[in-house]
Amino acid sequence: MTERRIRVLIAKPGLDGHDRGAKVIARSLRDAGMEVIYTGLRQTPEQIAETALQEDVDVVGLSILSGAHMTVFPRVIELLKQRGLGDVLVVAGGVIPDDDIPALKDLGVAAVFTPGASTRDIAGFIQANAKRGC
Amino acid sequence: MPGRERKEMSDNDGLDRVKRLKRQWEEGPLKSVLSKHPESKPQFVTGSNIPVERLYTPAEIESIDYERDLGLPGEYPYTRGVQPTMYRGRLWTMRQYAGFGSAEESNERYKYLLKQGQTGLSVAFDLPTQIGYDSDHPLAEGEVGKVGVAIDSLADMEILFEGIPLDRVSTSMTINAPAAVLLAMYAVVAEKQNVPVAKLSGTIQNDILKEYAARGTYIFPPKPSMRLITDIFAYCSKNLPDWNTISISGYHIREAGATAVQEVAFTLANGIAYVDAAIKAGLDVDRFAPRLSFFFNAHADLLEEVAKFRAARRLWARIMKERFGAKDPKSLMLRFHTQTAGSMLTAQQPDNNIVRVTLQALAAVLGGTQSLHTNSRDEALALPSENSVRIALRTQQIIGYESGATNTIDPLAGSYYIESLTSRIEKDASEYISKIDALGGSPTAIEKGFIQQEIQDSAYRWQKEVEKGDRIVVGVNKFQVQEPPPSGLLKVDPAVGERQKKKVAAVRAGRDEARVRAALDGLGRAAAGTDNLMPYILEAVRGYATLGEICDTLRKVFGEYKSTVSL
Repeated sequence: MTERRIRVLIAKPGLDGHDRGAKVIARSLRDAGMEVIYTGLRQTPEQIAETALQEDVDVVGLSILSGAHMTVFPRVIELLKQRGLGDVLVVAGGVIPDDDIPALKDLGVAAVFTPGASTRDIAGFIQANAKRGC
Repeated sequence: MPGRERKEMSDNDGLDRVKRLKRQWEEGPLKSVLSKHPESKPQFVTGSNIPVERLYTPAEIESIDYERDLGLPGEYPYTRGVQPTMYRGRLWTMRQYAGFGSAEESNERYKYLLKQGQTGLSVAFDLPTQIGYDSDHPLAEGEVGKVGVAIDSLADMEILFEGIPLDRVSTSMTINAPAAVLLAMYAVVAEKQNVPVAKLSGTIQNDILKEYAARGTYIFPPKPSMRLITDIFAYCSKNLPDWNTISISGYHIREAGATAVQEVAFTLANGIAYVDAAIKAGLDVDRFAPRLSFFFNAHADLLEEVAKFRAARRLWARIMKERFGAKDPKSLMLRFHTQTAGSMLTAQQPDNNIVRVTLQALAAVLGGTQSLHTNSRDEALALPSENSVRIALRTQQIIGYESGATNTIDPLAGSYYIESLTSRIEKDASEYISKIDALGGSPTAIEKGFIQQEIQDSAYRWQKEVEKGDRIVVGVNKFQVQEPPPSGLLKVDPAVGERQKKKVAAVRAGRDEARVRAALDGLGRAAAGTDNLMPYILEAVRGYATLGEICDTLRKVFGEYKSTVSL
């Protein structure tokens, strides 16, 4: 049996409409051989966790540029755990100050990619760290 | 016309000589140099991937007719600028987009900027305000005061402009879906300052189409959104004659990844849709078109950007004259605000951004902008600190007062390259607009996802070019250094959300509830009918109905927009 392709949910929590980065990442990951679902804008943490469950994803990528990450990310992680998705790899990107990164990692965000990060590095990180189905 | 024929003949003789000279140069000196020292790459392109020739001569602009295509400043087709004296009369308006936290903090920042010599205000609202939610709405959690100032009701707006006489400052507000509400709040603050609203000058962005296509702060579906916009056009043409009722924005389209040509094409296509809608609503084109304004990006490729601004001006003038039969010269003029490119700021070696912004701002000035925002060096990392904002403003002042770029009008006109590129951008944008027309106009093209897809494709290509090293971004994919983490970044006080919740609760507790209910009921009925909504919104604002309550009233009648996602 061949190995299942990595399934990734790219999600835009918060209210900001800047999804250039989210869409570029989604497309790069797809080109890197993953199955990618993009949620669209203004997703609540509940919607993101529910989609992650329904779509049976291995990875959730959160993109935010509004500054609300410290409010929204903990909520997403909590709701993922509540749905038994504690082993889903959570990565994040956007305008996220260095000062906030240690706290986000403590919460369970595996990596934070800030402006200038390369899509190859992001794809590489996901390939190396995602749990895979079979 | 014997005189004209003779002139063309002598021009042609001159052109033939130029072409011959160029051929000789290519076959002689150029060839021998290239054989020993080839150029650094096989093809040169602009920032938007338009091919660039090695050398431009009069031969490359032979199809340009001076009178028809360039003309004189303040005259059709306005290629050379919209005013007869341009910056010799007065410099552009220096207008830094600002706002964060509470109305009190933002008011302080505005007073600081005015004291530093800024000449106009530009209000940044937080996202809940832009999407019509009060600060105590569940979706506002964590967002209050973050990317702009939180405005829940007239009470906040009164504080925001406290001590700033509204008859002596022009104010631009980046507000779209709920633009009518914020404009009403501004007008009521003016009334309270005893300033007649007819004296107000400023701009609301009010450009919903680009929200669907690129920026994302929509509320209502397209049809009622277009009605709100034409209601504002009609109301302002009678009551606020000096107000720019819309700022048709290419800025965010470019930030989302579009090329220069796409920026011009999609922006003007949206402009066409607004003019169509207003005419359909029964307005005479020369009643509202003089108050249409535009907003463009100043991106990295200096000369391409200068050509872009000139091309946009010329193309819009032609559209307004030929397509809509506008007669008032003011209807034909594309007046625009410019902001330097946020997406070109790097988080790496952030001081380099000062230099990037300088070049971009220079492009805007050489392109004839009416007002300008220069980004701060630290904006890839956070909202700008006061120090960074001052450097950004000083950058404009140095260009305005020291560089000499303002001494003569449209100084790059006549450059073979600039004129050739201006014509090329106009032609390519014009072809795009025809394509959008064929799809049924820009609202339909957006609904079908065409415009979003075009922008996304460009964004993806750009990213791949950077990662392959075809495009150099200094400090990001070349000339990197190890650097310490940035310091001195602005942090928005996290308590602002709680404070704002208490404030809006106090406003609700202290007002005449019956008056608010009556005003909102009236607004709801008007929304279901065909009346102009501005007077109803003004009445609700005067009674301290909140932004969220007013927008909820409209949501009930209009419904909400759901975007379609494509990758």
